[in-house]
Amino acid sequence: MTIASTDNWLQVAAAAQATLSPEIVEALARARADEHPDSHLISILHLVQGRFGFLSADRLDAVAQLLGMPTAAVTGVATFYHFFRLLPLGKYRISVCLGTACYVKGASEIADRLRQELGVDFGETSGDGLFTLEGARCLGTCGLAPVVMVGDEVHAKMTPDQIPAMLESYRRKP
Amino acid sequence: MVSLTVDGQVVSVPAGWTILQTAEEFGIRIPRLCYHPDLSLAGSCRVCIVDVKDMGHYMPACATKVWPGMIVQTNSPEIRQARRDIVELLLDNHPKECQTCERDGNCELQNLAYTLGVRERLFEGKRKNLPADETGLSVIREPNKCILCGRCVRVCAEVQGVCNLSQQGRGFTTAVAPAHGAAMDKSVCIQCGQCINVCPTAAFIERDGTDDVWAALADPNKHVVIQTAPSIRAAIGEGFGCPPGTPATAKMIASLRRLGFEGVFDTNFAADLTIVEESHEFIERLTGKGGPLPLLTSCSPGWISFLEKFYPSLIPNASSCRSPMSMMSALLKTYYARKIGRDAKDIYVVAVMPCVAKKFEARRPEHYLDGRPLTDAVLTTREAIWMIRSYGIDYWGLPDLEFWNLPSDVFDSPMGTSTGAADIFGTTGGVMEATLRTAVEKVTGKTGQQIEFTEVRAVEGLREVTVHMNGTDLRIAVANGLANARTVLDKVVAGTETYHAIEVMACPGGCIGGGGQPYPPRGTKVLDPGLLARRASALYAIDKDKEFRRSHENPDIKALYADMLGAPGSHAAHELLHTTYAPRLPRGILLRGDQ
Amino acid sequence: MDEDDCMVDIAKFFLTFSQDESCGKCTPCREGTQRMLEIIERITTGQGVAEDIPRLERLAKLIRKSSLCGLGRAAPNPVLSTLTYFRAEYEAHIHQKRCPSLKCTALVHYEIDPVKCVGCTACARHCPVPCIAGKPKAPHVIDQAHCIRCGRCFSVCRFDAVHRA
Repeated sequence: MTIASTDNWLQVAAAAQATLSPEIVEALARARADEHPDSHLISILHLVQGRFGFLSADRLDAVAQLLGMPTAAVTGVATFYHFFRLLPLGKYRISVCLGTACYVKGASEIADRLRQELGVDFGETSGDGLFTLEGARCLGTCGLAPVVMVGDEVHAKMTPDQIPAMLESYRRKP
Repeated sequence: MVSLTVDGQVVSVPAGWTILQTAEEFGIRIPRLCYHPDLSLAGSCRVCIVDVKDMGHYMPACATKVWPGMIVQTNSPEIRQARRDIVELLLDNHPKECQTCERDGNCELQNLAYTLGVRERLFEGKRKNLPADETGLSVIREPNKCILCGRCVRVCAEVQGVCNLSQQGRGFTTAVAPAHGAAMDKSVCIQCGQCINVCPTAAFIERDGTDDVWAALADPNKHVVIQTAPSIRAAIGEGFGCPPGTPATAKMIASLRRLGFEGVFDTNFAADLTIVEESHEFIERLTGKGGPLPLLTSCSPGWISFLEKFYPSLIPNASSCRSPMSMMSALLKTYYARKIGRDAKDIYVVAVMPCVAKKFEARRPEHYLDGRPLTDAVLTTREAIWMIRSYGIDYWGLPDLEFWNLPSDVFDSPMGTSTGAADIFGTTGGVMEATLRTAVEKVTGKTGQQIEFTEVRAVEGLREVTVHMNGTDLRIAVANGLANARTVLDKVVAGTETYHAIEVMACPGGCIGGGGQPYPPRGTKVLDPGLLARRASALYAIDKDKEFRRSHENPDIKALYADMLGAPGSHAAHELLHTTYAPRLPRGILLRGDQ
Repeated sequence: MDEDDCMVDIAKFFLTFSQDESCGKCTPCREGTQRMLEIIERITTGQGVAEDIPRLERLAKLIRKSSLCGLGRAAPNPVLSTLTYFRAEYEAHIHQKRCPSLKCTALVHYEIDPVKCVGCTACARHCPVPCIAGKPKAPHVIDQAHCIRCGRCFSVCRFDAVHRA
């Protein structure tokens, strides 16, 4: 998936305008002027994920080429952090709080039920592309434990039996 | 100087030394795994931990510098148990396949487990189960055997400047792999095999070539011949217990004959031929009749792959000469075939190389003749040693034919003679020195010119020198290890420095440090400059003893030109002995600024 | 957190966190936390053996003293502190195959009290297996061989007739 069959920075940058967007190419140009361009890698990856939702292989290649870093190091960073996603997100992102309070209140049963209902594990997206299941360390709402967030909406004091209805309500949303 | 206490002894060492260095100075070799003196520090395996008083936790000896008054304990029941448990934890996530593993008996993990006293497994559980990557023509990746010491990652980046490998993922599921976890043949790997050399286990190994060779040897319709590279004779003895640096030409030839090869040829002949062709090319370019300067040497296939992937703009500078191996194979399938009256397709050419990238070179379409590879099989030095052992050949029991001068311990003819210039091809600076030996006589038109050009022997990895030749100052660079090549090539690309010729060998020390050479014996480390220097000294010793020491003086080379090729650089020579290169730009190239 | 929470399970919870956060660079933390987690999982599922406690302590000490960073050095703390203050709970799991706070699914079982059961059928209707038999208005019975110990019957019974033991 070479983005340009050249090692000329300007030509690669021109070819990357469409892949990465002009703003990100500009950020890469600024990073490149720095004494340590590689120190900007994580913030650049944040920009790419913020713009496109996930880090696709061709965009990682483009970032590597434009920062002048080995792609192996770039994908090493991208696969290291839980935050970075290599696959597109579902329409709704379900975060199950796995903090101490939620765990004591039964978060693991809720997580098990969600896995069972969606047929996916943490980090995966359901087959219909609607839901991406994730674990969260603590959502900071321990008084509402156990908590599940779907997109921006908080579902408090959940029980496993409420899960099917909750999912159904999102499936029916336009 | 810093005074500290190590195991109850007050010692004094220079400031800046590590605990590991200090202990070694006083006769204690602290066990280690991820540490390598020529690579950056990782401090990750934790095998070299020691107890430093009042620290609360153990310190890695490799990464901890001494301080005044430090009290270090390198051995105690607790430390010994901790080291033992760490190595057991590595074993618990490692296949139990020692008996069927290529590195059985030669494995650092196995050795450590024994030395540290792992006698039972207390913590066994889940093991990683990742698919092996067998896509590389030279290098096979077996991630289940990887213990994540990271030496391959560091050698690939720091010594070779390729940066193909990195730790991908995190935690228990971390794997060392190319970018995107891609297959080796889709990666920027240049197949040099230094990862094989530095790997403590068998997580990287060469693609096996022995099965094909055994089969060919057993085939009555095939005329199976073998050629051996210059550096094999300097290292093969190590496989049979010789100290490094023991020349073993005669025993090597005798062993290969016992294996059943009908012809044992010397790649050195083709090295001489390379020099004649390449120095002709060099003089053409110097006099403005050929391609661009600097001329880049082209013998090392790992280097050629690197050039095509990372410096495509310099491809026109590379010598068009095939490597000596491919020249030799081309001659064996044409010149030699005609001499013995056999068809080229009946001749099966095996090459013993210090190199794993030669396996890749042999399969490049440029090196095919009538749809068949010029070189049918490539064996590394390690594989050749294994075949000799596996056959049951008593290497030591073979009569020491060297002194008896029996015909079976000398290389076969035609093409049996080689000069000292070819022998030194196996070490850094050798190709350049050999070229200069010939070029200086061709340019001046006088014989008896300078023979030894010790200034180009780049034992330190990179050397830039000026050589005077017939009133001209030639700027010469010699690099081994591709990170050193990068330093020179960047200057060429940026135009900040001009050179007339650059010799590059992919591996540290040249072919003597190749990715296919014997694993260092226990207690010595890979890439050891001392080990490489001893192997090189064997080649220089052979060179000194040779009757002819300039390639163009080789009588068999003269005969070959008279018989078949005409003159250096002729059309016939180009057809048979020269090749072409093409840019290969995969993802993840390193940038070198705007051009 | 109270007497209804199993301290072995809580130690497992914290260890899962440490194991998930382990970056993978140094051996003791990368490999050791995985092995500790496996041992604790064995204990909470009733497969623990007497040597598991000294093994946990040995690994914990190793990881605490030889890991590269603070995360690794702190990773075994939940196990070490629960072993210090709640050792008896570990021993009950290992020797009596019993979870004192009735939290560890594999170590509890459910029974229906025939006196309290009114035969409302709620448990049988909610059982996902299903393994609860009984006619309406008559006491129900759980088939222990097929029960997966999900506890659904326990939570849906409005007559306090399902016992966890």
